[in-house]
Amino acid sequence: MGLLSSSVSITCYKVDGTLEDPFMDTVEKKLKQNMIMEIDDDVSEKAIGWTSMENPYQPKFEGSSFCIGTYLVFALRIDQKSIPAKVLKKFYVLEMLKMLSETGRKYLNNTEKRMVKDRIYSTLLRRYPATPKIYDLIWNYEGSFLWFFSNQKSANEEFETLFSKTFQLSLIRLFPYTIADLNAGLSDSQREQLNKLSPTQFSE
Amino acid sequence: MLDVSVSYNRYKFLGHEFLTWLWFLMEKERSFLQTEVPELTSLEVGNRIVLENRFNEGVEIITIKGDDAGLEEGMLSLRKGAVVTEFHLSFTAGDQQWQFILKGESLNVSNLKVPKTGNVESGEELEGAVLEKAYLFEKVIELINILYKSFIKLRISSEWKEKTVPEIRKWIYA
Repeated sequence: MGLLSSSVSITCYKVDGTLEDPFMDTVEKKLKQNMIMEIDDDVSEKAIGWTSMENPYQPKFEGSSFCIGTYLVFALRIDQKSIPAKVLKKFYVLEMLKMLSETGRKYLNNTEKRMVKDRIYSTLLRRYPATPKIYDLIWNYEGSFLWFFSNQKSANEEFETLFSKTFQLSLIRLFPYTIADLNAGLSDSQREQLNKLSPTQFSE
Repeated sequence: MLDVSVSYNRYKFLGHEFLTWLWFLMEKERSFLQTEVPELTSLEVGNRIVLENRFNEGVEIITIKGDDAGLEEGMLSLRKGAVVTEFHLSFTAGDQQWQFILKGESLNVSNLKVPKTGNVESGEELEGAVLEKAYLFEKVIELINILYKSFIKLRISSEWKEKTVPEIRKWIYA
């Protein structure tokens, strides 16, 4: 989801740890290492990587282009190919009929059927373009917080995995317990109190 | 710190209690809201509220939506033991208005609409547009953080049981 959209969803994270100096060069290098790879002419079904917010289909990270004010602004891109089951079935049946006609046989055994299906699936994967999904993020490195512009469980999980792999920093999702534990300025004894809490019954 | 998935599930009731308390504040303790967030002009329930009532063997979910929906059903649900799990909120500061949905269990913000900003006509304007949007997003995140921190400090104090819960009950049964 684009941060410049008229309506956005935000998941907040706390980021702990430091990157080696020179900071901008390190971020650029790591983003490039984990940049999205095009899979349109490939047999791959899915690709996940970083892209630029400004040009998500032609990512470039040169010259600190991902730095806006005190923020690092870039995006997660997930490309996924999805071949409709009925399309797969059609080409699979046509290929089987062709093979039977060429060999004069009446049927294929299970292994042959599976090989045909795999071959057809690979051929279709090369022909089908991937559908890209783009999720922007804003990272305030000095403030140790990050906003990821989606609440979708799967997108957040992919983001957390790729972020940790790319930067080797601690990324903690902020929700009621973690906000209370990490961001509310509680003392050790207050944290102990927090851990002992149980639900309140408001009704009589 | 506890394992993240364990703490998410075990303590999501804190988010539900926070939203229930917030509703109480919006109805009965507006001066508290203004003290905590001085720039706040108003904070109102928008066009959606979701409540959840957990029984021994089941869950009842009550959704009230619509621009002019009455909230009596919500109050009735509170009397039956429900808590607020999701709110559509409208937040005003000066002449600027933000609207968003706040989910209790995660405190995630969704459907966030911020005050209108200028269109981005060229790449050169992008930087300014991002900074302006970030500033406007921060206002909402800050509002939630300030109020949630106040809630959590109250929640772990003796004042919660001795004063706040009785006041909330009084409001529910008024």
